[in-house]
Amino acid sequence: MKTNRTPFVIRFFAATGCKGWLAIGFFSLLTFVLVPAAHLMLPADHALHVSDYAVTLIGKVMCYAIVAVAMDLIWGFAGILSLGHGLFFALGGYAFGMYLMRSIGLDGVYKSHLTDFMVFLDWKEYPWYWTGTEHFLYAVFLVLVIPASLAFVFGYFAFRSRIKGVYFAIISQALTFAFMLLFFRNATGFGGNNGFTDFKRILGYSITAPEMRVTLFALSAFMLMFTLILGRYLMQSKFGRILTAIRDAEMRVMFLGYNPLWYKLFIWTVSAMLCAIAGALYVPQVGIINPSEMSTANSIEIAIWTAVGGRGTLVGPVIGAFLVNLSKSWFTVAFPEYWLFFLGLLFVVVTLLLPQGMVGLWQKLRHRSMR
Amino acid sequence: MFLKIRIKMLSNLSRIVFLLPFFLIVFSLPAYAALDPEIVKQLNAETNEEKVASIKKIALLGTPEAAALLQAMADDALSFSGDTIIRMEGDRAINVATGQEIKPLPENIETLVTNNSTRRALNASLSLLKLFSPDREERIKAAKALEASADALSMPILDQVLIKESDPEIKQIITLTRASIELKNPDPAKRLAAVKSLGESNHPDVKIKLTELTDPANEPDAGVQSAAKESLASLENRLLVGESISRVFTGLSLGSVLLLAALGLAITYGVMGIINMAHGELLMVGAYATYVMQGIFRTHFPEYIDWYVLAAIPVAFFSAGLVGILLERTVIRWLYGRPLETLLTTWGLSLILIQSARVAFGPQNLEVANPIWLSGSIEAMSNVVLPLNRIIIIGFAFFVLALMWVLLNRTRLGLFVRAVTQNRAMAGCVGVPTARIDTVAFGLGSAIAGLGGVALSQIANVGPDMGQGYIVDAFMTVVLGGVGQLAGAVWAAMGLGIVTKLIEGVAGAVIAKIVVLAIIIAIIQKRPQGLFAIKGRFVD
Repeated sequence: MKTNRTPFVIRFFAATGCKGWLAIGFFSLLTFVLVPAAHLMLPADHALHVSDYAVTLIGKVMCYAIVAVAMDLIWGFAGILSLGHGLFFALGGYAFGMYLMRSIGLDGVYKSHLTDFMVFLDWKEYPWYWTGTEHFLYAVFLVLVIPASLAFVFGYFAFRSRIKGVYFAIISQALTFAFMLLFFRNATGFGGNNGFTDFKRILGYSITAPEMRVTLFALSAFMLMFTLILGRYLMQSKFGRILTAIRDAEMRVMFLGYNPLWYKLFIWTVSAMLCAIAGALYVPQVGIINPSEMSTANSIEIAIWTAVGGRGTLVGPVIGAFLVNLSKSWFTVAFPEYWLFFLGLLFVVVTLLLPQGMVGLWQKLRHRSMR
Repeated sequence: MFLKIRIKMLSNLSRIVFLLPFFLIVFSLPAYAALDPEIVKQLNAETNEEKVASIKKIALLGTPEAAALLQAMADDALSFSGDTIIRMEGDRAINVATGQEIKPLPENIETLVTNNSTRRALNASLSLLKLFSPDREERIKAAKALEASADALSMPILDQVLIKESDPEIKQIITLTRASIELKNPDPAKRLAAVKSLGESNHPDVKIKLTELTDPANEPDAGVQSAAKESLASLENRLLVGESISRVFTGLSLGSVLLLAALGLAITYGVMGIINMAHGELLMVGAYATYVMQGIFRTHFPEYIDWYVLAAIPVAFFSAGLVGILLERTVIRWLYGRPLETLLTTWGLSLILIQSARVAFGPQNLEVANPIWLSGSIEAMSNVVLPLNRIIIIGFAFFVLALMWVLLNRTRLGLFVRAVTQNRAMAGCVGVPTARIDTVAFGLGSAIAGLGGVALSQIANVGPDMGQGYIVDAFMTVVLGGVGQLAGAVWAAMGLGIVTKLIEGVAGAVIAKIVVLAIIIAIIQKRPQGLFAIKGRFVD
């Protein structure tokens, strides 16, 4: 029997509605045209000039927003709380960081073809897993494949034995913790404590040039929009519906003849891959990656971005990531000692009073005013 | 093998104890037993070689006067005028050779300057002289220090010690030390005797020396070689036993720390199902309570300062319990049945607690001193030293365990807690005030964490984020042990502790930790309900 399904590309793009495309169009205009123009063309003292700091900050927060959406795909839609997303983010960053370290070339402190920390450890050559990382495309390949395969293997075993809820959260946290310890060792070959830093160039272009900054900014924006469109497509498809059903009543879905393993595993791997891409975009903008990115606190913070914005919606996590991180940058400058109080209260208030996050609050208010 | 148990006192205390008799001699005796003025004069000789030779000659006398003189020289308290070496006491000048006051006060008094080579000779001689100290502890310490560093030059003094010494243990150490010096003797018969007696030693350094002698390149005599091999084998055996014992002990010690961190969780998570990420901060509250008690004792009851830890136990118990009750009443009770939300909320609470501690006590680590009865160590074998605080903490962990068991199984409160856990609705129907039981049970779990904090303050850093380091391990312990009962937590904690330390011996600390985490993840795959889960059927 031949079915006439709509081609994939059309289905993919048609999943996002009119309003969605309008918002995306507006967002692309802002990030691809207006901000780059305001940053590159206007003089620094112009009222509309966007400073270096602002471009880097927003670029960074957009990477966080990708992670928050990825977290939402797995937590909001499939009901699996992961405390390991910081790990995939950092692994993506490390994979791309290897390329960035190699492209420093002979400009390091020790003028060696090896990275500075290897010279410091008195290593004579690159370890085998650094092979080929001087090629940009191979590094991109690593970013896409390594964290995703780790997620696949870990997820396969975890979901196969039907580990879920709190147990899953705790063992994903343990996994992250183990990797953090591993990366803190100098002998692991990723710079130990200090991680990677002092990058010079990407594909031959200086990493500190304003053009590069704007390019990375636009790439992060593009990736964020792609993540949202992908998320919308996935959640509108039959796949997404089954996923939501698994979240709400896994046993019933199994009794209906579905095997939840593959559904969960797919969304888990996709989510990890998105995190890795965000990490790879994050590292050149921030200029450093070290093992503290894998700390427990970071992974839990990702969950709060998603929760603040609103779980189970796609735009919510983006709002949450922006709100939390912008207030973090503001607080840590204005009242550094109160930031943790604020963050802690945010955790408490959001889970107690705003279980649907900002989006839920907005819907409630609109509902009330319409009545 | 005898278990020789000794308690080492704090080192500076023992230094005073050692020096005291000399001071007494110096200040109470009207005159010295005279030292040879010719040798004493040489302390201010032209060349370093002569000075050092004179120091060694004085040391060989082995008398308290010699020790006092060398100590004074090491303290830069000597002066000289012409050929006479003097010690100034106020404005009186004492001739150190005779112990007589010099009258009238001599002219041109200059300080006797020591340099590095004389200083080295002085220190070596002073430690040799400690072999003659009247204090047995001090002699043993000196003998042990010598075991590693003695050379042929100390031979005469060792012989002298063997004549004077009556304590069999010190005699044995000195004999072994002599033997290891004798290994270099050109006479094969002497070397053979030395090798044989060294088979009795427990010192790790002796192993290296004996290994050298099994090589024909270092030892021409075949008889000595084979004797060395035999001695080496018996020595290695004993060292191995000691190493395994100390490894298992450190494993138990780590296990007891895990147990203390996990016991409170066993109630809040295991019994009540609350994921309390702020559990580590409740440990911190206990540790800070200990610190505060230490401060109160220092200012108000300095004579009982050694017992502040005992006083801190109830204080920590109740303060952590109160914090727990406060958290439960205000926040956690709204979240029963929503474990993931509880996890996030309690994480937020932990951030608030950490920052509060930082604001109240400052961000740095606080100094919590071990009282006398918690410092020092027990030496079970020559290479097995068991720190006292670790031993007491193992005991304390089991005390807390027993306390919890009694509370849960032998009291009305425990009965209610178990009833609510097993069937909340039914318990409510027969009149158990379930909401209040939740509060009290959570407070109890928190209070137990506070007790853990007291123990941790004695072995780990006390700082605002000390709790963060334990939270993953504590959860692993409870999850591995199986939810809902205490025995599982005990087995899991001790097992994790010992396995971690055994792997650490082979592969290093970080790898051990990673391997253990991997093992736990693998076990949870196989048995998602934990190793010692209560059997039953569960449906979500």
